[in-house]
Amino acid sequence: MKIILLALSAAFVNNVVLSQFMGICPFLGVSKKISTAAGMGGAVVFVMTIASTVTSLIYSFILKPLDLEFLNTIVFILVIAALVQFVEMFLKKVIPSLYQALGVYLPLITTNCAVLGVALTNVQKGYSIGESIINGIFTAVGFAVAIIILAGIREKLEKSDIPESFKGAPIVLISAGLMAIAFMGLSGLIK
Amino acid sequence: MNKITDRLYNGVIKENPTFVQMLGMCPTLAVTTSAINGAGMGLATMAILVMSNFLISLLRKVIPDKVRIPAFIVIIASFVTLVQFIMQAYVPGLYSSLGIFIPLIVVNCIILGRAESYASKNPVIPSIFDGIGMGLGFTVGLTIIGMVRELLGTGSIFGFRVLPESVDTISIFVLAPGAFFVLAFVIAIMNKINIVKAKKNGEEPELCDLADCAHCQNTMCNGKGKEE
Repeated sequence: MKIILLALSAAFVNNVVLSQFMGICPFLGVSKKISTAAGMGGAVVFVMTIASTVTSLIYSFILKPLDLEFLNTIVFILVIAALVQFVEMFLKKVIPSLYQALGVYLPLITTNCAVLGVALTNVQKGYSIGESIINGIFTAVGFAVAIIILAGIREKLEKSDIPESFKGAPIVLISAGLMAIAFMGLSGLIK
Repeated sequence: MNKITDRLYNGVIKENPTFVQMLGMCPTLAVTTSAINGAGMGLATMAILVMSNFLISLLRKVIPDKVRIPAFIVIIASFVTLVQFIMQAYVPGLYSSLGIFIPLIVVNCIILGRAESYASKNPVIPSIFDGIGMGLGFTVGLTIIGMVRELLGTGSIFGFRVLPESVDTISIFVLAPGAFFVLAFVIAIMNKINIVKAKKNGEEPELCDLADCAHCQNTMCNGKGKEE
């Protein structure tokens, strides 16, 4: 039950972009078409799952026994950057079809603060390794849901008549704001 | 002297990171629930920016070109950890209200962007002032957005009540959706200014559009401020 609540909270109630504001850049930048948004969402799910697993393992088995917890920011950012590179090489070699689908989005993820944010949240909230992995997966699912919905809205917006000064970024931000209001309605799910 | 004022002007007005370059959107949206939080975040970022610009500019001939990005990240992350501990010790209230966004300064594009496009190519003194200018520009941007949200959401500015008690406030502006709305209107106003200016000169207006954020120098507004 606790795990289900954790998953629901990570994916919907505390949605990573709409209420935590992490990963705004890809959320706004790569949401023009549903297909690219789905690709980005998939890549984030993939990387965030691996990253939260690896960072929580490093934290529990290396940093904590050596009393080096204060190094967590430095270690995590380097691990995530190296991991993204490694995942990219691995996919290219072993699963070329998946690389075809996700490859172009992988380098974008290093600068995505959501991945580092999740790793740090896991540590700050004192999650166990299992809880960290669940939190990582479902935070990424929340990101994917939000970016795909926004892409759907933007495809419709293409055809509508928007005041000139609201074209481009402003109307996308207003759509995101309305989505954030809708997601706030889900906060009753968890007491 | 001329170069110093030029750097400050460039950071605060011409290439303002919040309003012109639209960098560092995550903290801009997340911590501007009040003017004081916005200012605190801006000052913390400025401190890190000045220190990292200083050290990177000092080491610019030592760091090999191929590993420069990881080297910059390590330098920035070290300063972020330092500032995090200082804030935890001396301003615990601000530290807890900014929360996870203090360590996340590491991935703030403004800092890596300035390291890459300015500090790694220029001498120490101008780099320090570049950091001060950009940091001030970011602080001004966050404080203004924070003030608007605080005024609309709670009727006060910097914690002081300015609207009469009888006026109803719109509490959604201090919650998550308000951040998106305020930023949308700020950019719309910037667009309007650009449109009016372009019409006067008989040119096509340059509207702020969203680009892919493949890397840090790629800014949202047509890559303005990309190259020095």
